[in-house]
Amino acid sequence: MPVMGRTIRNLRASYSQVPLLGWLCGALIAVTLERFAGTPIALALGLPKIPALFGLDIMLKKPILVPNAILYVFLVYGLPMGATTRSSISLTNRLAGRLFRFPIAITVAVHLALLYTTLHLWAGISDYRALVLKLTLIAVMLTLSLNVINGYMGEFSCSHPGFMALGAYCASVFTVGLFVDDRLFGAVFLPPGLGPFLFPVALILGGFLASFGALFVAIPSFRTRGDYLAIISLAFLFIVKSLIENLEFVRGPRGLSGQPDLADLPTVFLWTVLCVWSINNFVRSTIGKALNAVRDNEMAAGAMTVDTRRTKIVAFLFAAFWAGVAGGLFAHVLRYVNPSTFGIQNLAEVLAMVYFGGLNSVYGSIVGAVSISLLGEALRPLEIFKWIIIPLLLILVMIFRPTGLIAFKDLDVTSLLRPKRKPGGEV
Amino acid sequence: MVIFLQNLVNALQWGSFYALIALGYSMVYSILMLFNFAHGDIFMVGAYIGFGVSIGLLALSSSGALAMPNWLILALTILFSMFLTSFVGMIVERVGYRPLRNAPRASAAITGLMIGIILETGNLILLGARRVSFPSLVETTVYNVGGVFVTNKKIMIVLVSLLLTLALHLFVRRTKWGMAMRAMAFDFAVVPLMGVPVNTMIALTFAIGSALAAAAGILFGVAYPVLDPYMGILFGWKAFVAAILGGRGSILGATLAGFLLGFTEIFVAMIFPSTLRDLIAYSIILLILTFRPHGFFGEPYSARLRL
Repeated sequence: MPVMGRTIRNLRASYSQVPLLGWLCGALIAVTLERFAGTPIALALGLPKIPALFGLDIMLKKPILVPNAILYVFLVYGLPMGATTRSSISLTNRLAGRLFRFPIAITVAVHLALLYTTLHLWAGISDYRALVLKLTLIAVMLTLSLNVINGYMGEFSCSHPGFMALGAYCASVFTVGLFVDDRLFGAVFLPPGLGPFLFPVALILGGFLASFGALFVAIPSFRTRGDYLAIISLAFLFIVKSLIENLEFVRGPRGLSGQPDLADLPTVFLWTVLCVWSINNFVRSTIGKALNAVRDNEMAAGAMTVDTRRTKIVAFLFAAFWAGVAGGLFAHVLRYVNPSTFGIQNLAEVLAMVYFGGLNSVYGSIVGAVSISLLGEALRPLEIFKWIIIPLLLILVMIFRPTGLIAFKDLDVTSLLRPKRKPGGEV
Repeated sequence: MVIFLQNLVNALQWGSFYALIALGYSMVYSILMLFNFAHGDIFMVGAYIGFGVSIGLLALSSSGALAMPNWLILALTILFSMFLTSFVGMIVERVGYRPLRNAPRASAAITGLMIGIILETGNLILLGARRVSFPSLVETTVYNVGGVFVTNKKIMIVLVSLLLTLALHLFVRRTKWGMAMRAMAFDFAVVPLMGVPVNTMIALTFAIGSALAAAAGILFGVAYPVLDPYMGILFGWKAFVAAILGGRGSILGATLAGFLLGFTEIFVAMIFPSTLRDLIAYSIILLILTFRPHGFFGEPYSARLRL
């Protein structure tokens, strides 16, 4: 159908001129609309309440409501976003152009503020959404940090849940010990009001402990690569898990609970942004290029004066640090940790996110983490069949794109924020 | 001393499961240079197939259509299940590994992991979450040898696993197919030029590895007659450790390392509280790999592998 092809091409051409600022404004308008008119629209369409995850959960629970849910998503998200972004192209481009002349930090801050407001409004609808959003952001951090080792350095490391467990337990012990009246750690040591200020300290301590643990994997990696490193990291994972199960002061296999409620959405968002920023800079720095060189040919990299040992150890410590921070946030989001959370299952999940999204790419990790965690939540009504669909999807991705969906792509902030049309009006 | 010998007997039994599973990992590794991460779940599938076959044979036998003694039923169960599970292995290879033969090895590892999850979930869907108990085909007889208790099951398990290992060794050493496998392990690129059907040989390798895993699954069912869909995960990963520890692609190494892992776990549990078992066993493995990074019988950084 030539007419339809032309229409699609025209649409794509006009929407390709929308700058990121335009998309963010459109999304903000859509979630604001949902905030104020979501419930009436949902009720008018015969839906029991606002669909939590873009209607997918409702569609799977009650297939009869599929058209209603699709209509809701179209009315609340699709139509407002499509209309406002399209109609305000010249305005948003002019704004983006003006913003672009400021220092890059300010431009980024404005975009992030818009993004945060959107997410905040979206998550404000229900506690469930907020929880899913927080866990997704944590998954982004984990996936990115694993991508540093598995993608950029090209090793197959299986120790990530171990790093995460170290961070989670260290941060939990810190906050529970200081701010909570607890049987094991005694009375409150500091006023709980100090919690939000000392929480970063707890997370950073957790990160450092994870980095220290990473030494046990990084040092053997000087002499061996590939499968043996996979085993060493796997053994490390088993050791950490078993160690925590045997430590009575963190209540062993019963798990540690009662973490203060410090990980609210802004905190998690801020740490995720920090993580993305620092990992993106890390992999584009000299040492990131050295990592790629070590991956492609260790001997040649050494001959080109790359200090391979230093590169490996820095990468391991850095990745483990962020995994530890993510673990600390994870513990404070759920407010309960248990050593069996950090097992093979968790490993398979994080590995799936990395390889689904794409190796060697910050974009890919974000896409992989967000899509797998949202898919996992949205398919929840299917119960056990979820664990057939997601693996099948991953196998298909691996067969048709063996390195993942968006592999080997740099995240370039300036080109992302650039206005998409010249101020004169022509493309 | 008696306690030591008693634990030695237990460790022999425990190690033979690890050894049989590790052989499957090792065989595939020596040819394709990748680990079949679905192997632990093939062990589980094998145990369940054995469960089904033995139930069927028992029903056939008790209905009087074809009366068989129990030992014959067990032997037939092992053979049938090995045969059936080898097809599972070939399907896994066809679906998850053949399309990815030229892809990065980590991608194939991911498909393996995912196939493992699908096998577990498929089992859950087919049979439900309840555990099934393996029919007891052999009456347990306990022999007291100088204070050490040895059951006929333990003797049988160790003997069968050693027999299978020996059979595999002879197959790889003495037959033409075994020679083709060794040749592929030696140089994967040249072998097709010599007229060896590579795809058939790889499928055969997967089939043999899966058959061994099925045997391990049935023997496990005989010794510990409770099966659940997730039993393959921990066993699989531990046997994977054993396969690496033995030196990749070495039959002797995989067998020895399987037994070694069994010994370590049992003796750690004997000396220390049993909750420390994984901690100490894996710390020992970490130490071994730190000083001997290529395992016992592996060769460092080399394409040449023994099979």
